[in-house]
Amino acid sequence: MDLSAINPVLLLASLMVAATPILLAAIGELVVEKAGVLNLGVEGMMIVGAIAGFATAVETGSPWLGFVAAAAGGAVLSALFALLTLVALANQVASGLALTLFGLGLSALMGQSYVGVKPPAFAQLDIPVLSDLPVLGPILFAHDPVLYLGIAIVAGVWALLKYTRAGLILRAVGENHDAAHALGYKVVRIRLLAILAGGACAGLGGAYISLVRVPQWTEGMTAGAGWIALALVVFASWKPWRVLLGAWLFGGITVLQLNLQAAGVAIPVEYLAMSPYLVTILVLVILSADKSSAPASLGRNFHAST
Amino acid sequence: MIALEKRPQPSRAWAMATPVAAVLATMIAGGVLFVALGKDPLAAIETIFWEPLFGEFSFYYRPQLLVKGAPLVLIAIGLSLGFRAGIWNIGAEGQYIMGAITGAGVALAFYPMEAWYIFPLMVIAGALGGWIWAMIPAVLRVKFGTNEILVSLMLVYVAEQLLASMSLGLLKNPEGYGFPGSRNLQQYPSAYNADLIEGSGMHWGVVAALIAVIFAYVLLNRHMLGFHIRLTGEAPKAARFAGVRPARLVLFCLGTSGALAGLAGLFEVSGPSGQISIDFNAGYGFTAIIVAFLGRLHPVGILLAGLLMALTYIGGDIAQSQMGLPAAAIQVFQGMLLFFLLAFDILTNFRIRFGKAEVA
Repeated sequence: MDLSAINPVLLLASLMVAATPILLAAIGELVVEKAGVLNLGVEGMMIVGAIAGFATAVETGSPWLGFVAAAAGGAVLSALFALLTLVALANQVASGLALTLFGLGLSALMGQSYVGVKPPAFAQLDIPVLSDLPVLGPILFAHDPVLYLGIAIVAGVWALLKYTRAGLILRAVGENHDAAHALGYKVVRIRLLAILAGGACAGLGGAYISLVRVPQWTEGMTAGAGWIALALVVFASWKPWRVLLGAWLFGGITVLQLNLQAAGVAIPVEYLAMSPYLVTILVLVILSADKSSAPASLGRNFHAST
Repeated sequence: MIALEKRPQPSRAWAMATPVAAVLATMIAGGVLFVALGKDPLAAIETIFWEPLFGEFSFYYRPQLLVKGAPLVLIAIGLSLGFRAGIWNIGAEGQYIMGAITGAGVALAFYPMEAWYIFPLMVIAGALGGWIWAMIPAVLRVKFGTNEILVSLMLVYVAEQLLASMSLGLLKNPEGYGFPGSRNLQQYPSAYNADLIEGSGMHWGVVAALIAVIFAYVLLNRHMLGFHIRLTGEAPKAARFAGVRPARLVLFCLGTSGALAGLAGLFEVSGPSGQISIDFNAGYGFTAIIVAFLGRLHPVGILLAGLLMALTYIGGDIAQSQMGLPAAAIQVFQGMLLFFLLAFDILTNFRIRFGKAEVA
């Protein structure tokens, strides 16, 4: 065992990378849940985004187009969920599970010919001057653009929910859809947009795994990241900045256990690999006492009766 | 203009018809998928649904129907109890793994002793393993209000790691030339869950699945606890006034489904699969969710749905070897089935009215 082999600067830098997929997926799901919809299909949308992005990037040679395709893929899959829950008024929990099961199968089918292929590399966005700073430079300022996009989305969602009229309407729909409907807001349309936005974010998160973090395609490669993202929204009490904090925490644990594996700690690899899931459970237990901040209409379907 | 009008009571006729309609719609959509994959759709559908039952080699495939259907039915029966009450155990896959590990663990602890009581002990251990694994989300939900969906699912990944650790470490076959995986229980007569009638596919797991179906039917229709489960799902407020204790219900539903999933894992590891290995679990815990919904959360429905789903597994395997249909295609096929089912369910709960929309 050689703990000195772990470089704290590299550790923190890779923490940022490891946190980004769940950050993207979780911030998207936060918007969905703020609109009063519980979409448990995050895992399915992520994995479809992962393969859609991967395939597009390989075929076109452009990781950027890959990310666009991933967002589109996630959004298309989430549209299925919207169809089920908003139009057919199906149970949201069951529909979300269906989305995940379907997405896992679909991605495996789409990805058959891409196993073992190497995707085009994404250029690092080294911010001049800042990235040359000692310690802080490699941790904060020498990453790929999508990582910064993730943080920008968090800031955008925060500002949208807190300062804009659109954000207020979104929250109203999530808190009390009947009242929002009575005020003349189009509940179904607003929820549809929220679900599509959430799907696009989850797709981006998935593509970040297959294009940047790993980068290659293997079946079921999201390995529960979508479910951790769902837990993260609860962890964050539906507050955008806390999602960022939570994503860094989970990213940190993932990276740390990988580093400990590499350093050859006396704990068996399998037990280290369990740790992110166990920590998720632990955090959920600690934070689930406070449910006051959950949107009041979360998980309830809306049907205008007259 | 099409308007939806909520039925005062869910339509019984549609409740029966939607699974059939969903299967037909899935066949059509699946056909389109097979065309997209460059396969003959009619031949593919025939291979999946007809070949295993009435084809040339059906004598081999028919027993497989029981072997694959039993774990699905066993798990889905347990899940349906919770789903009816709005208690979502989606970590059956993990409970299935744990049941297999604990059950096989008991068998391997006795190896190579031969005794009649080893198999019953394994059954108890398997049920306990699944039960304990399911009690984690149950207790956390009761004590702390933690979301059981997320906790039970996280535990699937933990169980998978534990399975890997067991097949590489504690339960590894000492005479296995270093290969991962445990001793083969099929070669250990006291622990082998053999066919009760040679070549019929009818092992103890099938018997257990049938008992579970009857047990669930009686529970839901003739017992107070079953009434409470249904009441909690359909009218939570009324349930509270009727004196239903939600905590007890959570513990019962999650515990039962965990124990049944554990049993399914045990019967699999001691029978058809034979050994603990890294890739022992085949996704039965997740497919059982589809089975539970396809069977309308009704015991008899689940029995039929389990057999149908087993058919798609077997037919999928045949189509894979004969037509080169990718294994994932059948997974997509099963996912579509759940989609169509949920979508068609609107006809059960709503009446569709054609005509002018009234101004609200």
